[in-house]
Amino acid sequence: MSTASVPLPNWINYGLIPLINLLLAFLVSGLVIWFIGQNPFDAFVSLVQGALGNGESISFTLFYATSFIFTGLSVAVAIHAGLFNIGSEGQAYIGGLGAALVALSLDRYVPWYVTMPFAMIGAALFGAAWAFIPAWMQAKRGSHIVITTIMFNFIGAPLMVFLLSHVLIVPGKQAAESRTFLEGGQLPKLDWLINIFGSSIGAAPLNVSFLIALVMCFLVWLLIWRTKLGYEMRTLGLSPTAAIYAGIPYARTVIIAMLISGGLAGMMALNPVMGAQARLGVEFVAGAGFVGIAVSLMGRNHPFGIILAAILFGILYQGGDSVSFDMPEINRDMIAMIQGLVILFVGALEYMLRPTFVRLYQLFGRA
Amino acid sequence: MDYYDILISVLGSTIRLSIPLIFTALAGLFSERAGVFDIGLEGKMLAAAFAAACMATFTGSAWAGLGAGIVVSVIFGLLHGFASITNRGNQIVSGVAINFLIAGLTVVLGQAWFGQGGRTPQLGADARFVPIILPGADAMRGVPIVGPLYANVISGNNILTYLAFLAVPISWWILYRTRFGLRLRAVGENPGAVDTAGISVTWLRYRALICAGILCGFSGTYLAIAQSAGFIANMSAGKGYIALAALIFAKWKPVPVMLSCLLFGFLDAFSNFMQGKSVPGIGEVPVQIFQALPYILTCILLAGFIGVAKPPKAGGVPYTKER
Repeated sequence: MSTASVPLPNWINYGLIPLINLLLAFLVSGLVIWFIGQNPFDAFVSLVQGALGNGESISFTLFYATSFIFTGLSVAVAIHAGLFNIGSEGQAYIGGLGAALVALSLDRYVPWYVTMPFAMIGAALFGAAWAFIPAWMQAKRGSHIVITTIMFNFIGAPLMVFLLSHVLIVPGKQAAESRTFLEGGQLPKLDWLINIFGSSIGAAPLNVSFLIALVMCFLVWLLIWRTKLGYEMRTLGLSPTAAIYAGIPYARTVIIAMLISGGLAGMMALNPVMGAQARLGVEFVAGAGFVGIAVSLMGRNHPFGIILAAILFGILYQGGDSVSFDMPEINRDMIAMIQGLVILFVGALEYMLRPTFVRLYQLFGRA
Repeated sequence: MDYYDILISVLGSTIRLSIPLIFTALAGLFSERAGVFDIGLEGKMLAAAFAAACMATFTGSAWAGLGAGIVVSVIFGLLHGFASITNRGNQIVSGVAINFLIAGLTVVLGQAWFGQGGRTPQLGADARFVPIILPGADAMRGVPIVGPLYANVISGNNILTYLAFLAVPISWWILYRTRFGLRLRAVGENPGAVDTAGISVTWLRYRALICAGILCGFSGTYLAIAQSAGFIANMSAGKGYIALAALIFAKWKPVPVMLSCLLFGFLDAFSNFMQGKSVPGIGEVPVQIFQALPYILTCILLAGFIGVAKPPKAGGVPYTKER
């Protein structure tokens, strides 16, 4: 008998199965570390200490997590509408342009708290604009959103390099980057938040955008589960045919969902561009858009899950630096591998263990 | 340098840059025609490049390198199959996972084995596929027009280049003239019908992924031990995605696949050539335009403005027998 239609309680579906898949991913990573002649337990200790050992490392972890929350939300909103947005990377990159243009034009006149709302709007608008064309193509011309968003990642990258090396470049300088923002274009660090816990932020660039990310989580939860639009998006995600029969406008819902998704991806740029580097440079997204896919999958597309998953990936990113420092035989790229395994086990192989759990549940759960 | 010499040199690099695209796009052709999306082309190419370079380093044999490249690429193809066919996981997610996994794994293993930051050691000529001078190339060189074309574009490539052009008619023959090919295409359009005919959808799709793995093995091997003399981290550099674009641009047909790969290869070669040169009346053309052009063209095609690109109907959907 097929096991796919047997219902399982939520704590197994959303708690136990992802957790065990995650453990499997870590187990395989450990095997690879063991295979190259290193001690996986030493690597694990170094990773956790490097990511959570003191206030500074925790702040670094949360700094990475901030970016991943934004891109994770971006991917999740699209998935709820049945759209797989692989373009968060490119949307965040272009979003950085929006944030930087605001920062560059306002930073000498007003303080950061005036610049910030405009920068948020700028980043979201540019990110949404970059998501609009693939969305329109999916909604009106029937082209596959996965392919078009990949293509747009590759169109965005050279576009940004061109703008940075020809238009925004500081005259007389070689580096393809904008000028450094003045204080009015920089987001302040969250020293006080870390000081509450009796620790110090050190050199970590954790900044106000972490709080914006948390607010966005709440707003996304509100949107998806508490509004008519969210209901329409979820219906579309479950069954486009049913949604269209129910009178939900397909094209409009697809486009709005992608605009929100792109806007959230674009806002991610606030964190590295205005929070950390105080300038627009090349490659500042650094793969966070793709991490968002893993974060969203692991968080089961729920904002609360996304926060947890983003922190986990923050730990991996920050801890990865410390592992490669402590154990030179292990490269920082170990993180990409672990990430790949997490996506594989939690995302692509999510149904692998289900039949086993159904059998176990039928044996013990009902007794 | 006169114009003809320039043309010859651009055509020569067009060929060199197209070969990995042709192998990879043909790999995608097999997989997608059987109804399995393959975003993991990029990763399989990279894995094969790493395996080929390692094996060539250890054994000193280019052919052993090719064998290793194919084996490793097929293994990852089977992993994709295990996730997306057997476990009915999302094909896109599985492909993305494989790309990440391989991007990290190759550097980690490379660092552990060779300690050069993920590179493999430089290979000598005997461990690589070196250019073959076709008979009469030197004698022909003096002949106007045809001579340089024969000597510098047609001759002087390595054996994998010729195999790539051979792979195109072979793929066409397999897909359109064999029973396996007919069934493979059918399973990408209507797996239910194939299943009703008593043919295993699962096994057919696995075989399609094995074909794709073999072809990606060739393309990765070409990158690492024919075009270059060793593996460098992330050396596939988005070529897997360009191949995917070429596949769509060719509307999932073998001969157009070759032509669109040559077109994208030409754009690449031309942008390299144009770097720092200025066009009369326009000025310096930014390289970035050529870099983005394949993707822009593919999007325009996908939007249906220049013909319609219709993917196989069952693509991306895991097949479930009725319960």
